[in-house]
Amino acid sequence: MYNQENCRFAKTHEWAFIEADVAVVGISNHAQEEISDIVFVDLPKIGQKAEAGKNCCVVESVKSASEIYAPVSGEIVEVNEALNGDPALVNREPHGNGWLFKIKMTNPAEADALLDFNAYQATIVK
Amino acid sequence: MFIPHTIQDEQEMLHAIGVNSLEDLLQQIPADLRTCAFHLPQALTEQALSAHLRELASQNKSLKNFIGAGCYEHFIPAAVPALSSRGEFLTAYTPYQAEASQGTLQTIYEFQSCICALFDMDVATASHYDGATALAEAVLAAHRVTGLREIIISPLLHPHYQEVLKTYTQHSGVTLTYAKATAQGTLDVEALKMQVSDQTACVVLPNPNFLGYIEQAEAVSQIAHSCGALLVAVVNPISLGVLQTPGAYQADFAVAEGQVLGNPMNFGGPGLGILTAKKAYMRQLPGRMVGIAKDKQGRRAFVLTLQAREQHIRREKAASNICSNEAICALNAVIYLTLLGPQGLQEVAELNVERAHKLAEQIGQVSGFHVQQDSPFFNEFVVTCPRPAAEVIEKMAAKGFAAGYDLGENRLLVCATEMCTEADIKAYAQALGEI
Amino acid sequence: MEEILKHNELSIEKSRPGRRGVRFETTQKHAADYLPAAYLRRQKPNLPELSEFDTVRHFTRLSQLNYSLDAQFYPLGSCTMKYNPKAYDVLSVLPGFANAHPFAPQSAVQGTLKALYELQEGLKAITGLAAFTLQPAAGAHGELTGILTVRAYHDSRKDWDRTEVIVPDTAHGTNPATANMAGYTVVNIKSGADGCVDLQTLQAALSHKTAAVMLTVPNTVGLFEKNIRQIAEMVHKAGALLYMDGANFNALIGLAKPADFGVDVMHLNLHKTFAAPHGGGGPGSGPVGAAAHVAKFLPKPFVVCENGVYRLEADRAESIGKMKAFYGNAAVCLRGLCYLKQFDGKTLKTIAEKAILNANYVRAKLKGKFNAFFDTNCMHECVLSIDPHVMNGVHTSDVAKRLLDYGFYAPTIYFPLIVPEALMIEPTETESKEMLDAFVAALEKIYEEIQTEPDVVKAAPHTQCVERIDEVSAARQPNLRW
Repeated sequence: MYNQENCRFAKTHEWAFIEADVAVVGISNHAQEEISDIVFVDLPKIGQKAEAGKNCCVVESVKSASEIYAPVSGEIVEVNEALNGDPALVNREPHGNGWLFKIKMTNPAEADALLDFNAYQATIVK
Repeated sequence: MFIPHTIQDEQEMLHAIGVNSLEDLLQQIPADLRTCAFHLPQALTEQALSAHLRELASQNKSLKNFIGAGCYEHFIPAAVPALSSRGEFLTAYTPYQAEASQGTLQTIYEFQSCICALFDMDVATASHYDGATALAEAVLAAHRVTGLREIIISPLLHPHYQEVLKTYTQHSGVTLTYAKATAQGTLDVEALKMQVSDQTACVVLPNPNFLGYIEQAEAVSQIAHSCGALLVAVVNPISLGVLQTPGAYQADFAVAEGQVLGNPMNFGGPGLGILTAKKAYMRQLPGRMVGIAKDKQGRRAFVLTLQAREQHIRREKAASNICSNEAICALNAVIYLTLLGPQGLQEVAELNVERAHKLAEQIGQVSGFHVQQDSPFFNEFVVTCPRPAAEVIEKMAAKGFAAGYDLGENRLLVCATEMCTEADIKAYAQALGEI
Repeated sequence: MEEILKHNELSIEKSRPGRRGVRFETTQKHAADYLPAAYLRRQKPNLPELSEFDTVRHFTRLSQLNYSLDAQFYPLGSCTMKYNPKAYDVLSVLPGFANAHPFAPQSAVQGTLKALYELQEGLKAITGLAAFTLQPAAGAHGELTGILTVRAYHDSRKDWDRTEVIVPDTAHGTNPATANMAGYTVVNIKSGADGCVDLQTLQAALSHKTAAVMLTVPNTVGLFEKNIRQIAEMVHKAGALLYMDGANFNALIGLAKPADFGVDVMHLNLHKTFAAPHGGGGPGSGPVGAAAHVAKFLPKPFVVCENGVYRLEADRAESIGKMKAFYGNAAVCLRGLCYLKQFDGKTLKTIAEKAILNANYVRAKLKGKFNAFFDTNCMHECVLSIDPHVMNGVHTSDVAKRLLDYGFYAPTIYFPLIVPEALMIEPTETESKEMLDAFVAALEKIYEEIQTEPDVVKAAPHTQCVERIDEVSAARQPNLRW
């Protein structure tokens, strides 16, 4: 759905898929593997302001709580309600139905500063 | 005594470690920090210790108790301490290794279940230090849920709870505002309407309140909710054998001091902090919770769950630093509730109502003493005395009674539980007439 | 064998309408005759209906599903699972103590007040600190009390700029969580290669913004902070206070006084060092001590003694206030007092000495199979590290679960965080050499299994009433009540 080749990545393992002035945000396949079985996603509130690089969501496994940083700045306009009933979607389809939230961007240039897939992959291998 | 090492053991162990003496092992502590000067009295044998503690215990006077004020004397069936003092419960650690802790885990699950049933609430934690700290945690949770800072508190909240709330919240950014009370000893509902606004995070309603009177909880709940504020109820678990439940009046959080459920007074500690909430706030609750799970074979098993909320995982991001619960007190409570069942709980609550009303009736007949009973009460109420309450308490103590809690000036808070027989009540009133 | 009697049937599943375990006197009238109908409960609660015998059997059987210190060795690091003397079970709940009401006239509770006073004075004597409060109900509660006390100290000096608390990365999670609750920003510092605080790192973190440094002594890797005096000097020079987490005080009791280190505020755990039982999670007691310049900020009230009469002193203008209702976990304090009374100035140190001896013995005996992360003598606990790459893919949690099969509770695992795959063992002084030898033998057997049949270890435990539990489903769809 949000093919990883077409996404932009933060070094902190979030991806953003840009649709006009809205960024769909999720976590990378690598990140969901590291976190392992996700049991709960503490989603942001709609209308909440998001600031690039700042925490706006928490993903929980049994033994960890991982902060998710907004890859771009703006306002949260939609959250993935399906995760409330089935948080494991993030594990199964990190680039599909396991997306987290959508940000209406105030500074789309921030997206350009993110890594492309190959550059992101390189950071993991290292 | 408690250290089993023989001289031979010690030698063999030192040899295995590869050092010559204990002193070699203690070198880790810099020499200038080592000290031998400890001024302690002579060590006691178990026999001497027993004599010393019995002597201390005998220096406490046994007065017929008519004090409540947040700590209540109730009948504790012998099975409660007999079971909870079993070493398998008492000397176990926090049930982190679930497979070897199913006993403790299941009792906590049953505790949570019994408390939810009693309170009509969706979720309960495994317990907190006491009612006051459970309230502080509930208020902080209400603040997190709503993002609002104003906390409106009934002035008829237990004074110690007020103080603890102040200490706990002083650096959290919330402001504590007091509502008004009526002359009848209840919360002023009309005034509250004017006070609650869209800036209010929650209203804290003790019910019965500190003076023993029952509040119009439904009305208070509606007022809070009409502005989007949450309701935090502070209740007496025994009273819920007959009184309307916090769930029935839509409390968002309900907390309580659970000592009344099978725990002795112990000079006020340990207590049992009960913290319950609506399901929507489940993940906002600090403290331990036990859930049902399945093992590899698909069999039912119990396990600590939702741990990602807690300090050992979130560290400075955790909502609270709590890392224990009052497990033995919670165990006493669940054994007590299991023994009583729905019928026994109703009976003991009705006994409290009846004995307190008989006490009120008897005190009302003593010349100079006035019982304040414009509002319904559960098991305690206010008495206006013809002289300072402190004086009444002192004189009654000389006659063998703990007369009540000093509310200041001539006002005395008096309580009767099922432990006060009709004869005790008559004797109390007679003594009041004689002082 | 087919299980006919279900081991984990819930009380509510055993419930039969009409059964009951206790009966009360009947009332003459009902609640409805005294109280308005609108205030009454409409439906009875869904509580179990069991006879007294049903109840006794239910909870007795549940107790038997537990491992407990009375039955098993509990080598839990940082938890100090030492023997809980039986005398205290009796003496701490004598009717005179158990039936004392916190608001009883003080003339009627002189015995309890005197006991609390004696404990307070004893704790002062063994730590060298000027004052102790017995109010906190647990260690973490003590930490919060202590850090709020620190804050009150700075506030009283109008030193408002101090917004940070420094915590080493070896700290227990309660330390940073506590600092956060007290409104401070947490500054985490990395430990040195030797497992102790690195003085340069600390110096770089200290500033005019530092309110306190929280230090566990000995630290959670089981080592004494050898530079503690220097650390205290640096902290004080920066205008900050030194908070000592006394969770590991069992290693110091009778050997050294924290006041001599330069500690300003600390807490002790009566349920660790002072032999009060853990109770499956509590109640505990976490007294907080303070040096003279900070003492007046401790919570109120205090037990004071004047001419042989004991009373609660609440008139303390600069106190942080109250941390819990009433006066502390008195029943747990009585146990702490009992323990303290059984030692004197000469014998006190045997506690720490033998705790240190036992930990080093286990460490030395395991060397070569399971190695300590820091290869040096330790204090009261040793921290091992397991490398799954050389252990056929076996992780620390597998070893922990396999120990249950051999009749031992598991050590503390995955803590401290700086040690990969940590296995933290604290035998305490009350375990005999034979028990330690048996524990070592079990770990040696597990080491053999790791070489020959690692899957047995990975699937452990095999002998408990349940096997490994699916914690993931439990957390995704929480079932927290019937």
